[in-house]
Amino acid sequence: MTEGLELDHLTITLDGRRLVDLHETVAPGEVLSVMGPSGSGKSTLLSVLIGRPDPGFDVGGRVRLEGRDLSGLGPEARRIGLLFQDDLLFPHLSVGENLAFALPASVKGRAARAARIAAALEAAELSGFAGRDPATLSGGQRARVALMRCLLSAPRALLLDEPFSRLDADLRRQMREFVFGRVRAEGIPAILVTHDLEDALAAGGKVISPLGEVRQTGGPA
Amino acid sequence: MPGRRRPDLLPLAPWLTLAVLLLPVGAGLAGVIAPAFGWFPALGGVTVSLAPWRALLDWPGLPDAVWLSLVTGLGATAVSLAVTVMICAAWQGTRAFAVIERALSPLLSVPHAAAAFGLAFLIAPSGWIARGLSPWATGWAQPPDILITQDPLGLSLMAGLVVKEVPFLLLMTLAALGQVPARRSVLLAQTMGYGRMAGWILTVFPRLYAQIRLPVYAVLAYSCSVIDVALILGPTRPSTLAVQVLDWLSDPDLSLRFQAAAGAVLQLGLILAVLAIWRLGEHLVARAGCACIRRGHRMARDGVMRAMAMGLALVMALAVGLGILGLAVWSVAGFWTFPDVLPDQFTWRNWARQGDGLARIAVETAVIGAVATGISLALTVACLEAEYRHGLRPSTRALWLLYLPLIVPQATFLIGLQTLAIGTGWTGARGAVIAAHVIFVLPYVFLSLSDPWRAWDARQGLVAASLGAGAERILWRVRLPMLLRPVLVAAAVGFAVSVGQYLPTLLIGMGRVSTLTTEAVALSSGGDRRLIGVYALSQTVMPLVGFALALALPALLYRNRRGVLDRG
Repeated sequence: MTEGLELDHLTITLDGRRLVDLHETVAPGEVLSVMGPSGSGKSTLLSVLIGRPDPGFDVGGRVRLEGRDLSGLGPEARRIGLLFQDDLLFPHLSVGENLAFALPASVKGRAARAARIAAALEAAELSGFAGRDPATLSGGQRARVALMRCLLSAPRALLLDEPFSRLDADLRRQMREFVFGRVRAEGIPAILVTHDLEDALAAGGKVISPLGEVRQTGGPA
Repeated sequence: MPGRRRPDLLPLAPWLTLAVLLLPVGAGLAGVIAPAFGWFPALGGVTVSLAPWRALLDWPGLPDAVWLSLVTGLGATAVSLAVTVMICAAWQGTRAFAVIERALSPLLSVPHAAAAFGLAFLIAPSGWIARGLSPWATGWAQPPDILITQDPLGLSLMAGLVVKEVPFLLLMTLAALGQVPARRSVLLAQTMGYGRMAGWILTVFPRLYAQIRLPVYAVLAYSCSVIDVALILGPTRPSTLAVQVLDWLSDPDLSLRFQAAAGAVLQLGLILAVLAIWRLGEHLVARAGCACIRRGHRMARDGVMRAMAMGLALVMALAVGLGILGLAVWSVAGFWTFPDVLPDQFTWRNWARQGDGLARIAVETAVIGAVATGISLALTVACLEAEYRHGLRPSTRALWLLYLPLIVPQATFLIGLQTLAIGTGWTGARGAVIAAHVIFVLPYVFLSLSDPWRAWDARQGLVAASLGAGAERILWRVRLPMLLRPVLVAAAVGFAVSVGQYLPTLLIGMGRVSTLTTEAVALSSGGDRRLIGVYALSQTVMPLVGFALALALPALLYRNRRGVLDRG
C-alpha cells in the first residue's frame, strides 16, 4: 500500500487550456505547497481534490489516499480535512459544539467525547472555551479552533487553502508554526495552496506551480 | 439520518412544485372556459354555444364595469409604482430610508381587507378625518350625505390598493437593489451635477425595473381583478367586473353561472389587455427617459420633490396605521356620537358577544394558514436544496412560472376550479381550501426564502462535508439552523398571505369554511362598524403575531450566538 496522498498524473483542462498537471506523492507529515497567482488553477485543483469539481472542467488522472482511489467519492467520504482563509466556524454552535460536530460518532459516551474535545481545546491553548460563542473569540483563537475541528474529524490528509492570508504578520507566524506542527505531529500528508512565497517556504516542503514546475525542493521534514 | 438508505426523491421536488402551482391554474382555466361556451353537464349544458357571451353582452352595466376595472387596475399600479420610485429616488441610502425599511414588514403583514376597512373608517363621511375637522372647520353636526367610499370613479378603491401595493413594491425594489450598484451610480450622476432623484431615476431605475417587472405585473393583475377591497371600497352599480362575476356566481339562479364563466374569461382577456397597455407604457416611458437624458437637464433642485416623497410615504403609513387604530377603537366603542373624536364609552361587549364564534373562526384561520405554510415551506426548501445539491440553475422562465398564479386573475381560474371541485365533490372541505391557499402561499414563500438560501456561504457546507457530514446532516444541522431567521420570516410571509386570502376560501370552501377574512368581508355590507372592527382587527393581529414570532424566536434561541443573526 502506498502511504500518503498520491496525485497520479492529475490533469485539469478548461477549453483546451491546461490548468493543472501534477504527478506527486505527499508523504505523511509532509506539506506540498502549490504556488501560483490567482486564476492559475489553484482553487480548481482544490475543488477536484475535495470531490466537488466545478462543471466544465476536464479532469484526468487519479487521486489516491493511502492507496485508496478517491474517484467518484464526495467530500463526506474522502476523509480529507479542509481549512479555508476564513475559519468558517458554524455560527449557531458553541465552540465545543463545533468540535463535537467534527468528532466521529464512533467515539461513544458523553464523557469520552467531552474528554476528546477538552484535549483538543487544550492543544490549542483554549482550555475552558467549550461553551463560548465563536463570535466572541479573536481571529487567532477562531483560526485555532477551526484547525482543531478539522483534525478532530480524523482526516487522513489535509488541504490548506490560503489559511493564513487573513491574519496579521505576528499572528501569521504563530499560526504557521501551530498548523505545520500539528501536521507533523498527526503524521498526515498536507497540500498548501497559496500565492505567498513566505507561507510556502515556511511549510518546509516542496514548492511547485499548478503545472508541476518545481520552485523549491523540499528539505527533509 | 445516517445509515438509512432510501430513494432520492429530491430531484422530483421542482417538478412537484411546478405541478402544485400550474396544474390548478391550467385546470381552473379549462374549468371556466368550458361553461363560458355553454358546456356544463351538471347544469344541463351539453352543447357548445355562444349563449353565455350573448347574455354577458346584453348586461347593460358591462361597458362601465370593464372601464372601471381597467382604470382602477392601471391607475392603482401606476400610482403605486410612481410613489415607490419617488421614495427610493429621493431617499435610498439615507438614514430616513432605513426607517422606511423597518416600517415595511408590519405594513406588508396587514391584510388587504383590514387595510381597506381601516381606510374606509378614516375617510368615510362619519370617519375620523371628518370628525377631526367637525364642526369647527366644516360646520357639520351630522355626517354629510356625500359618497366618499364606494365613489363611482373608484378613487377610494384605488387609494385602498395603493396603500398596500406601495410597501410590496418597495420590498421588491429593495431586494432587487442588491444587484444594482445604486449608490455609486447616483454619486457619479451627482458629481456631474444631476439632482439626487434625477440621478436615481435615470441611472438606477432602468436597470432595476427589469428586476421588478414581474412583481409590477402581479400588482397590475391583482389591482384589476381584486374582489375583497372592491367589495369594501369600490363603487356599486356597476361594480368592477370581478365583483359582478362573483355576484352572478353566488346568485340562486344557477343559469347565471354560464354568464359568470363568460365574465371570468373576459376578466382574463382584460388582464391581458391591461398588460399589453402597460408594456406600451413601458416603451413610452423609456423613450421619454432617453429623450430627457439626451437633453441633459440636471434637475438639481429636487428639494421640494424629495420632501413630497417623504410626505407621501408618511401619508401611506398613517393611512394604514391610523386605519388599524380606528378598527381597534370601533371594536371597543360603546355609544359614539358624531363629531366626537372618541366614543363616549369603551366596552368589551363587542368582543364578548362574538366570544365562541370568533375563537372558532380564528382557530380555523390559523390551522389553514399553518398547514398551507408548512406545505409551501417544505416544497420550497426541497426545491432550493435540490437546486443546490444537483447544481441546477434557476432560469428566468422558472420565475415566470412562479408568478403565473399571481398574474392569472384569481377571479378567473378559481371559478373554474370551483366548477371542477363541484364536479368531483371535493368542496367545502378544509383540505380543499388549504390546497387552494398553497397555490398563492407557495410563490411568496419561495420568493422570500430563495435569496437568503442562495446567498448562504456554500463553503460552510463544504467544510461540514469534509468533516464527514452527509447531505442530510448538513441540511438539518448546519444550513437550516443558520438560516432559521429567513426561514421563519418566509413562513410568516406565507402565513400572512394565507390569512389574507378571500376568494379561495369563499369559492373552494363553498361558504362552509369561514376564516377571519371571509367573515370580515361578509360583514362589510351590513355596516356594523363595531363588528367589522372586531373581525378586521383580529385579521390584522394574526399575521402580526407570526412576524413577531419570526423575529423573536431566533433572537431568543441565538441570544448567545452573535454570528448567526449578523449574517442573516
